[in-house]
Amino acid sequence: MDGVNLEVRGGEFFSLLGPSGCGKTTCLRMIAGFEEPTAGRIVLHGRNVAGLPAYERDVNTVFQDYALFPHMSVRENVEYGLLVKGIGGAERRRRVMDALRMMRLDRFDRRKPGELSGGQRQRVALARAIVNQPRVLLLDEPLGALDLKLRQTMQIELKSIQERLSMTFIYVTHDQEEALTMSDRLAVMNQGKVEQVGSPAEVYERPATGFVAGFVGASNVLSGEAALTITGQRHAITVRPEKIRLGRADERPEADEVSALGVVRDVVYVGAFTRYVVDLEAGGELVVLEQNLTMSSMDVLQARGRQVRLFWNRQHSRAIATAGDDQKKEEVG
Amino acid sequence: MAQRLMRPGERLTAPPPSAVRRLRHRIGVFLHQVPAARLALLLGPVLLWMIVIYLGSLALLFLTSFWRQDPVTGAIVQDWGLTNYQFLVGESVYRIIAIRTVGIAVAVTVTDIALAIPIAYYAARIASPRVRTLLLLSMVLPLWSSYLVRVYAWRTILSGDGVLNWSLHQLHLGSVNLGFSRWSLWIVFSYLWLPYVTLPVYAALERIPNSLIEASTDLGARWITTFRRVILPIALPGIIAGSIFAFSLTIGDYIAPDLVGDTEFIGNVIYQNVGIQNDIPFAAAYAIVPALVMAVYLLIARQLKAFEAL
Repeated sequence: MDGVNLEVRGGEFFSLLGPSGCGKTTCLRMIAGFEEPTAGRIVLHGRNVAGLPAYERDVNTVFQDYALFPHMSVRENVEYGLLVKGIGGAERRRRVMDALRMMRLDRFDRRKPGELSGGQRQRVALARAIVNQPRVLLLDEPLGALDLKLRQTMQIELKSIQERLSMTFIYVTHDQEEALTMSDRLAVMNQGKVEQVGSPAEVYERPATGFVAGFVGASNVLSGEAALTITGQRHAITVRPEKIRLGRADERPEADEVSALGVVRDVVYVGAFTRYVVDLEAGGELVVLEQNLTMSSMDVLQARGRQVRLFWNRQHSRAIATAGDDQKKEEVG
Repeated sequence: MAQRLMRPGERLTAPPPSAVRRLRHRIGVFLHQVPAARLALLLGPVLLWMIVIYLGSLALLFLTSFWRQDPVTGAIVQDWGLTNYQFLVGESVYRIIAIRTVGIAVAVTVTDIALAIPIAYYAARIASPRVRTLLLLSMVLPLWSSYLVRVYAWRTILSGDGVLNWSLHQLHLGSVNLGFSRWSLWIVFSYLWLPYVTLPVYAALERIPNSLIEASTDLGARWITTFRRVILPIALPGIIAGSIFAFSLTIGDYIAPDLVGDTEFIGNVIYQNVGIQNDIPFAAAYAIVPALVMAVYLLIARQLKAFEAL
């Protein structure tokens, strides 16, 4: 972790997005109090909590492996936090009941974690954390162990719970789709550093660095000679694959369009859309996504080897910092 | 390596199978099709051992306990009766010996659990891998020496002019008279069975995922609460398993009481009746007592749900 400076607003769904080993989980564990930073502060509602033990911090964690107590029933698991904090009978029962109902667990309250499905366990872990009404809820890849369908359902459910409770969520994930769907804002991290902080649209549409452009969405980076030939500028640029239109080689670009000649090298038919990989005449390659509005898979596959011209609106090519510029960017930010 | 390629049109034909291969093939098919045969092959020898040799001799022991010895000739008379049991209940000395045996066994078990938990916790959750290996090795190392050697070693430590008193004398601290008492028995047994308690407790503690402890802390529990409400209950099966070792090994022992104690255990009485008086029916009847105590102990352990998490 190196010079990470993040500010999360109250009631915000904030994600830390990055590849494994980028420091996002370490960051979360420092906020929770399982690890201590060598330097710096962790301020929670105006109070520096760095150096405080985890049990004195007003945050709760949903663990990646859920970390449910195997010897306790669902109810006892959810009750645990209130019990050890000495919250008494009637209030404790009421809050546990509320949390169980909210997570639709009231029918399972006597079961042991071992008797639950993955999705149910996930909901117990969530109920056990939110029942304490923490200032900040930390979630460490909580959907990682679920299958795709369930993960998508839980994404929506998580977001709606967060809005209903207006609780601050800090969510760690390596799944860009998850981060883009749920977050109010997100930080993209790489090698212990924050590459960019912003709303999902900002990060997706205006990636600040080559890393962000590549990690969030598909990578389409033009640099050096290719960039110079196509855009007339030496600066590296990135274009989202779905912003590029595939046209005939003899078509002329509009005034506000950039174009580039190339040959289709690869065609991948993905049902709703097709992914084309185009080798550019100017060097380098671009990936193009086109919806299959009228084309059938047969038509699409015949595109291989064909000469084409790619078009995109000038405003969709974004100048990005390449590896050499990174240092300067860091100091300014 | 030279490898000959096949010529065009040549076909690969297997050599005709030998008789042994055919037999192996048939056995394989048979075992594949009859799961019960596989199971019988797997468990047969063990079950034979358990049922015939172990349970069988226990049953014989039980039957023998209803016979009696002719007081005049010393011969064993095979008529059924409760004479031995009446004698056991009637003579207070046997009751006292049984209570003493169980009492010391309980004390040893409690002591070993109290010693094993911190050692095992340190080895399993705090120590570096190197220190852990050293600790475990030093725990197991005494088991490589003979039981008798270890008991005799304690004899030289605890006896009136032994190492302990010599050291105390050198330090001008007077002397203690532990040698050959119930105290020395307690110390020696606790030492002897400590590895048998520590190892299962270690295994149980080591298995607890770190995230459970973090979750407990995260939910607001201090270390001591985490230990009492999370670590201890999850490790309970391991602790009970260890306690069964310490308890049963103490209850069945008759050598240490002879060498470092001044009293008799159930085992000593049985030994005398088998070896000296040849009153095997009475020995059998008395042997039922520790068996019953162990049965009760295991029932309590089950009641505590110690086996559920296994």
